[in-house]
Amino acid sequence: MATTADTVALKAHDDEHAHDSHAHGLSFFQRWFLSTNHKDIGTLYLIFAIFAGIVGGALSGFMRWELANPGMQVLPWFTEGNIDAAYHLWNVFITAHGVIMVFFMVMPALIGGFGNWFVPIMIGAPDMAFPRMNNISYWLTTTAFILLGASMFVPGPPGFDGAGTGWTVYPPLSTSGHPGPAVDLAIFSLHLAGAASILGAINFITTIFNMRAPGMTMHKMPLFVWSVLVTAFLLLLSLPVLAGAITMLLTDRNFGTTFFDPAGGGDPVLYQHLFWFFGHPEVYIMILPAFGIVSQVISTFARKPVFGYLGMAYAMVAIGFVGFIVWAHHMFTTGLSVNTKMYFTAATMIIAVPTGIKIFSWIATMWGGKMTFETPMLWALGFIFMFTVGGVTGIVLSNGGVDTYMHDTYYVVAHFHYVLSLGAVFGLFAGFYFWFGKMSGKNYNEFLGKVHFWVFFVGVNVLFFPMHFLGQDGMPRRIPDYPEAFAYWNQIASWGYAIMLAGMAVFFVNIIWSLLAGKKAAANPWGEGATTLEWTLSSPPPFHQFETVPDLTKAKSAH
Amino acid sequence: MNKGWALGLKGLAIAAALSMAGGTLAQDATPAAISAAPAVAPVAPPTPADVAAAATAASASVAETAAQHSAVQNDAIMGYTRTAPTDRIGQPVPKGINLQEQFTPIGREAKALTENILNPIIGVISIFVLGLMFWVVFRFRSGAVEAPSRTTHNFTIEVVWTLIPALILLFIAFPSFRLLANQYSPPKADLTVKVTGYQWYWGYEYPDYGGISFDSVPLSKEDAAKEGTPYLLEVDNRLVVPAGATVKVLVTAADVLHSFAVPSFWVKMDAVPGKVNETWFKVDRPGVYYGQCSELCGTKHGFMPIAVEVLSPDDFKRWVRMKQAQDGIDPTGPGIALEPTPVSPATAAAAVRAAIAPSTAPQIANTEAPAAPAAAPAA
Repeated sequence: MATTADTVALKAHDDEHAHDSHAHGLSFFQRWFLSTNHKDIGTLYLIFAIFAGIVGGALSGFMRWELANPGMQVLPWFTEGNIDAAYHLWNVFITAHGVIMVFFMVMPALIGGFGNWFVPIMIGAPDMAFPRMNNISYWLTTTAFILLGASMFVPGPPGFDGAGTGWTVYPPLSTSGHPGPAVDLAIFSLHLAGAASILGAINFITTIFNMRAPGMTMHKMPLFVWSVLVTAFLLLLSLPVLAGAITMLLTDRNFGTTFFDPAGGGDPVLYQHLFWFFGHPEVYIMILPAFGIVSQVISTFARKPVFGYLGMAYAMVAIGFVGFIVWAHHMFTTGLSVNTKMYFTAATMIIAVPTGIKIFSWIATMWGGKMTFETPMLWALGFIFMFTVGGVTGIVLSNGGVDTYMHDTYYVVAHFHYVLSLGAVFGLFAGFYFWFGKMSGKNYNEFLGKVHFWVFFVGVNVLFFPMHFLGQDGMPRRIPDYPEAFAYWNQIASWGYAIMLAGMAVFFVNIIWSLLAGKKAAANPWGEGATTLEWTLSSPPPFHQFETVPDLTKAKSAH
Repeated sequence: MNKGWALGLKGLAIAAALSMAGGTLAQDATPAAISAAPAVAPVAPPTPADVAAAATAASASVAETAAQHSAVQNDAIMGYTRTAPTDRIGQPVPKGINLQEQFTPIGREAKALTENILNPIIGVISIFVLGLMFWVVFRFRSGAVEAPSRTTHNFTIEVVWTLIPALILLFIAFPSFRLLANQYSPPKADLTVKVTGYQWYWGYEYPDYGGISFDSVPLSKEDAAKEGTPYLLEVDNRLVVPAGATVKVLVTAADVLHSFAVPSFWVKMDAVPGKVNETWFKVDRPGVYYGQCSELCGTKHGFMPIAVEVLSPDDFKRWVRMKQAQDGIDPTGPGIALEPTPVSPATAAAAVRAAIAPSTAPQIANTEAPAAPAAAPAA
């Protein structure tokens, strides 16, 4: 890794505080509901993300079940056979699946969970800069989730419950198309989730800029910390735009404004510009922390420092910057002018360069290493390849002329699931197995972890790869029923879901088994490759670590 | 090509004719059926069995279906026969993995770009990265290495893996920009159609021909099966255009966002309320081409397909005459293109000007149905 801590000195430091491994004097309620401890809040975020992931994953299960065959077989069960209600329920499911996976699964897990747990530790800080704000962030997130859940059970469009607008909430479908309060609740949910993320971003930026231990210069920070720092800036700069856009939606809906209503001089496409000015950085918000985790894991198991550390760090900065100036590639079919489309085509393609730097640097990190293939490494290797596949289909989509065909087809669904469901989620699992022992104090089961990886890997590829074919064959996304010609690959994709589900069952068995019967985890189970500060602490770390700030001024820089 | 399919349509037309006759007995309707049949399927006059079957069907539950198809039946009487779709053309291919076959110049260019340049490049990149990973995993596994190297920099290699992707992108950018430029440089339009998205059907208007207009509603599963056309793609009234003509498509929406998409034309244009987007296509091959709404538009988003029927210029002329008769439009009225297809751009422009200018506003005879919106001031 980039930073080589002075391991010996820190060992002593750690032992000194070994007695402080419990939260003395805190009741259960105080510890878990009024928590200001970054590790406890990180744990809460992870538990929340797992719960939300189960909900969001179950929704996609019903979606895949419905799409397994042409016709409406599954959703009418929920609507007492009312077929129109089933069609609307489909839209509610795709909306909830998207919002939950983005705002309540990936972001809370990667940023709230791993970010909270390991950013302070990796920079040698005792906690986050604003511990109480950290607590507020978490509880706003859970409240946002409850609001989103509630929106599914109140009226949306005439006659039906729930918001069926897609996670993008485009007007006029989200305004005149949904007169009921469901969309208002969904908007409030996004408001709260956004506020939580802004507070979290402020917290991370402040912590990373001000609370690094002596000697922990910016250019010595582990890449995971860099990734969270860049992510925090993206959140800070993009979420206010989303907040503005959905507030305008709210006033269009309730107070007679016409920001997005052409009848009053507004423009529905304006909303799309605002949304995607947030939405495109948002996809990097989801993937950058995964980049960071993969860098840590690859370096650890290759037993080599990261290759091209500065290039890796500034590639993330570059991706974050360019991420703000490519938004309209989500809008190639909205009637943009040809010059606009050329600009956004070119700008979007440029992202491939820093992304390529990252991919090749990971491979170069492994080159000459002494690699072992524990579960986190399998996930990281899987990440690299799956993210490459998702990345190159992004090159196809970046061409404004080609996107005329691909836009809103399953090709796009395949693309963003390869970079998110197989990219961000693989990074997430890599981090989960990498740090499970550190966080819980118990070793996970290596065999079950590997079974989880291989079954999940096969499952998601069977699930998502055929979607490229469906998209090339012209199948639009967001439809509950499809022409007969699309039946074959849809059924295969649905079988892929079933395989993936079996993999997830192994994951949950592994967690439960490990927590109940796992062996006690060592401080550093990964050996000489694990050089970041969290491995100098006990597993789990003491309730408050680094009460004496570690001095890293003498630590060698590895790059 | 169309003849065999017309056989299937025949029963439908007969049933429709029966329902038009109201509560008359089956035997009363038989002459109507026979008179309609030659227009529909000239080479195959109905057998008594067909008529009997049609009569039975009509007396049962088909009445509702038939009413929905009165337009089809009328069309048949007017000498227009719906073209049958061709398998694997203009529609998704079962088990298909490729882009749909293209029938417009832009579509062929874009498909070639995708399949000859983009897909090979991304395939090679993916296999290269995978191969590299396999090699690294094999070569640098812990059993094969004494001690890990400490190398963390190599300026040359870092420059190489920055520059080569950049050059590849530059190589892609040229044909990509050319495609974009071509998409936005249509030849002069031969005719204009206005497409309006509604929840959940499409409306089509032909301002060049006195404002022919109609709605396009998907066929039910039963009707599509009867007609032998693909369910969830087929509609009652297709968008009909002439072969070989450059068709300017003006796309808008009346309620929420929709998107007008025909994959085999490489056409997709969002329908935005309060805004008119323009796209175009030029198809030489007569036939039927399908698409589906491609922007989430509410409950029945998946159930508002698009069907474009490309006719030979003569057939298109007949179709226009028929539609004008149905809409009560005087085809000789001022401001209406006399030669429907392909009209010269100048004629079309003149038609539009004439329709807009109040002084020369068309006095369309028998305007029961509102004709072109532009004709409104004249009324």
